[in-house]
Amino acid sequence: MKPPILEMRNITKEFPGVKALNNVSFQVAEGEIHCLVGENGAGKSTLMKVLSGVYPYGEYSGEIYLNGQLQKFSGIRDSDRAGIAIIYQELALVPELTVYENIFLGNEIRKGIMVDWNETIKRASEVLKKVGLDVNPAAKIKELGVGKQQLVEIAKALSRDVRLLILDEPTSALNEDDSRNLLNLLRGLKKQGVTCILISHKLKEVIEIADTVTVLRDGKTICTLSAETDEISEFVLIKHMVGREIDNIYPPRSTKPSDEILLEVKDWSAYDPRLGRYVLKNVSFYVRKGEIVGFAGLMGSGRTELAKSLFGNPDGYHITGEITFKGERRRYTHPQSAIRSGMAYVTEDRKGNGLILIQDVKQNITLANLRKIAKRGVVNANAEIKVANEYKSSLNIKTPTVEQKVGNLSGGNQQKVSVAKWLFVKPDILILDEPTRGIDVGAKFEIYTIMTRLVQQGMSIIMISSELPEVLGMSDRVYILSAGRLTGELPIEEATQEKIMHLATN
Amino acid sequence: MSFFSDVQKVLRENIREYGMFIALFVIMAIFTFTTDGIFISSRNISNLLNQTGYIAVLAVGMTLVIVIRHIDLSVGFLAGFLGAVAAIALVFWKLPVIVVIPMVLAMGVVAGLITAFPVAQLKIPSFVASLAGWLIYRGLLLLATISTGTIVIPNKAFNDIGNGYIPDLPEMGFLPGLHKVTLLLGVLAIVFFIVSELNNRRNKLAYNFEVLPRNIFILKLVLVSALIGGITWVLAGYNGMSWTVVIMLVVLGIYNFVTTQTVLGRHIYAIGGNPEAAELSGINVKNLTYIVFASMGMLSALSGILFTSRLQSATTTAGTLFELDAIAAAYVGGVSAAGGVGKVMGSIIGALVMTSLTSGMNLMGMDISLQYVVRGAVLVFAVIFDVTTRSRGK
Repeated sequence: MKPPILEMRNITKEFPGVKALNNVSFQVAEGEIHCLVGENGAGKSTLMKVLSGVYPYGEYSGEIYLNGQLQKFSGIRDSDRAGIAIIYQELALVPELTVYENIFLGNEIRKGIMVDWNETIKRASEVLKKVGLDVNPAAKIKELGVGKQQLVEIAKALSRDVRLLILDEPTSALNEDDSRNLLNLLRGLKKQGVTCILISHKLKEVIEIADTVTVLRDGKTICTLSAETDEISEFVLIKHMVGREIDNIYPPRSTKPSDEILLEVKDWSAYDPRLGRYVLKNVSFYVRKGEIVGFAGLMGSGRTELAKSLFGNPDGYHITGEITFKGERRRYTHPQSAIRSGMAYVTEDRKGNGLILIQDVKQNITLANLRKIAKRGVVNANAEIKVANEYKSSLNIKTPTVEQKVGNLSGGNQQKVSVAKWLFVKPDILILDEPTRGIDVGAKFEIYTIMTRLVQQGMSIIMISSELPEVLGMSDRVYILSAGRLTGELPIEEATQEKIMHLATN
Repeated sequence: MSFFSDVQKVLRENIREYGMFIALFVIMAIFTFTTDGIFISSRNISNLLNQTGYIAVLAVGMTLVIVIRHIDLSVGFLAGFLGAVAAIALVFWKLPVIVVIPMVLAMGVVAGLITAFPVAQLKIPSFVASLAGWLIYRGLLLLATISTGTIVIPNKAFNDIGNGYIPDLPEMGFLPGLHKVTLLLGVLAIVFFIVSELNNRRNKLAYNFEVLPRNIFILKLVLVSALIGGITWVLAGYNGMSWTVVIMLVVLGIYNFVTTQTVLGRHIYAIGGNPEAAELSGINVKNLTYIVFASMGMLSALSGILFTSRLQSATTTAGTLFELDAIAAAYVGGVSAAGGVGKVMGSIIGALVMTSLTSGMNLMGMDISLQYVVRGAVLVFAVIFDVTTRSRGK
């Protein structure tokens, strides 16, 4: 085994009331791709924050050795100087600045007291070539897609002679193509001698790319597996991550969808006046009662736009087309009217437009249907707590009390709060947009179980998802969107990942 | 010593809630000491409350505006202008008070809706929209008073709003020198408070919900009752409760109820917490923006009435800087500039803190230039306290 470039020994980090890391040891060999996996809340991010100096020396116990030398980082600047670069899930780029300005932000190339822009652009072009990104360095960040932004982040890290590159869920927001590019890039960087730590929930990726995998659970190191000597499979990883075996993550269903059509959409087109183009063009589909309909497609294919335009059109698209819901023609002018007619929409971006993070669990759960627990406009506070507690136990939301702020919960539990909020409006149809993005295996399984229970009770579900295994595992029927058009409909028996990808890139 | 550890725990968990009250007590105690007790005298406290009135009602409205992530700079001169309108209506048009007040309040509502239009409909930043209002109402105020200059109001009923006190029972030999109706109201308030707290607790227990430990609960009842009793006693020692205080209490009562107990209030806070999530949850953000600005406009009118009545005249500079005093009061009272957080009660306390500072420093004979510096320092300190206790709460 190559000598370790990084060694973290007996790291313990406590927060008031919780031991986030309990005596964790972690070794990374020079030039390898080391994956760190574990459920949400297992301590992966905390460990990386200790490493990058976000939690300075003294706030944790244990030792960090880089190239055999003890490090005492007192902030990100120190770890940065030592050659550690960390790229977070939420990108840290300035949208209004150009690519080259972002790459050298905080590390400007100077000539005297001035910034040497010519040299900056030249060096930016070089690192962009290194990461295989073909964009104009003078383009603004906001003009690039998420995949390209991710590459700019990596270019930024490379521009600083990084020795240890840490990526926190880099592919969670990327589509299949961009993810593949990114993984290829990491392999390329490995050849150039860059050591990489990758945190990921996508186990397939991990298996594909990792030289070594470390599994964390409940703040402890469970095991470290080497691709050369150990068997690394999804089954093995999941077993270590959750501490038990989940043989079938997609729960079996005891009912079949009925023949009754609940929702029918015809010739649905949406024009976005801000983009100046159609985001949806002549989309027609239907959903039966008690059915899970999957919507697959790449990023930007119009899936979220479809959901939002149906759900009262809050983004102000110009819409043509017909909705027939529960046997009646409908026109929704606001999400309110959609909700009252029996629709619910769990958004893709929990933190951005799904939940109110500064409010507590109960307030979030009751928000969309406050009238239900109010009499003449006055909210019954006790009824509210009661309702929230019912959902807390029926959806197994892990929170000490329903008065906990939602921002303090883990991703999976936040998602359950989101679902609870929409179940409380007692919908006939539930639109789930990326229901399991960024949540761990255990919570995923719970979400799938809830979905199964709901359709068995006669609810219909539209599931928008970028994860094909999930689409195939949960849906009764799959629609595929590409560039705002419906390019295919597949019954689940005929659907395969290849067919879906083929239609999605059509 | 479980009692003390309980007290400690409750205090630590609710430091943000009680922080403002504690700050107010500390400020009052300091001034009482530095002015040899003049500060806490019945007469001074009574004056202080009357001076707070017109800023306090603005601060209440501003709380909601800031909670939904907006700001309204036009309220100061709007108050001044509507005060002048009230004066003109009383003096030149000879309208009765009973007509003038609802009319001016309605004009305030309309003014608020006008400010809200570009904000809600066209997504113009409220800072800009209300800055335009600031200029416009300033101009209108000058226009209204241009021919006459200061308009003196000879109407007693109107002037009593800002200067008068609630009537008392005739002197009957007991409790001489004290305002008996005020005392009676104080006692009723204490009884009402205790009964409603007990009811609330019984309700919670019936649902098996968490309640304060029994001894802490009793301590809370005693402290709040003592507070109400103390204020009542002090007020009763002078002329009793003023109409301004009555109006302040009514506004506080209504807004506190709406913000904490009703669907409307919850929707307002939801918008402040996350406007997009609120919209997707079926809340009509546009309509609520209108409602919040309309309420702000109405309270500006009320503030204008209180101020004009207190001065017994409308002047060309009425309302100058009221908006910033109201905003400062709201921030001192714990309203978050980021939106979604802030209580009406806090803003009233914030307004009291600010006027207490002015009043106390005036009594000490402190130079006006220093007074501004001190008030600025208190504002910064209050916001720092607020931000640090909040981040620690996570």
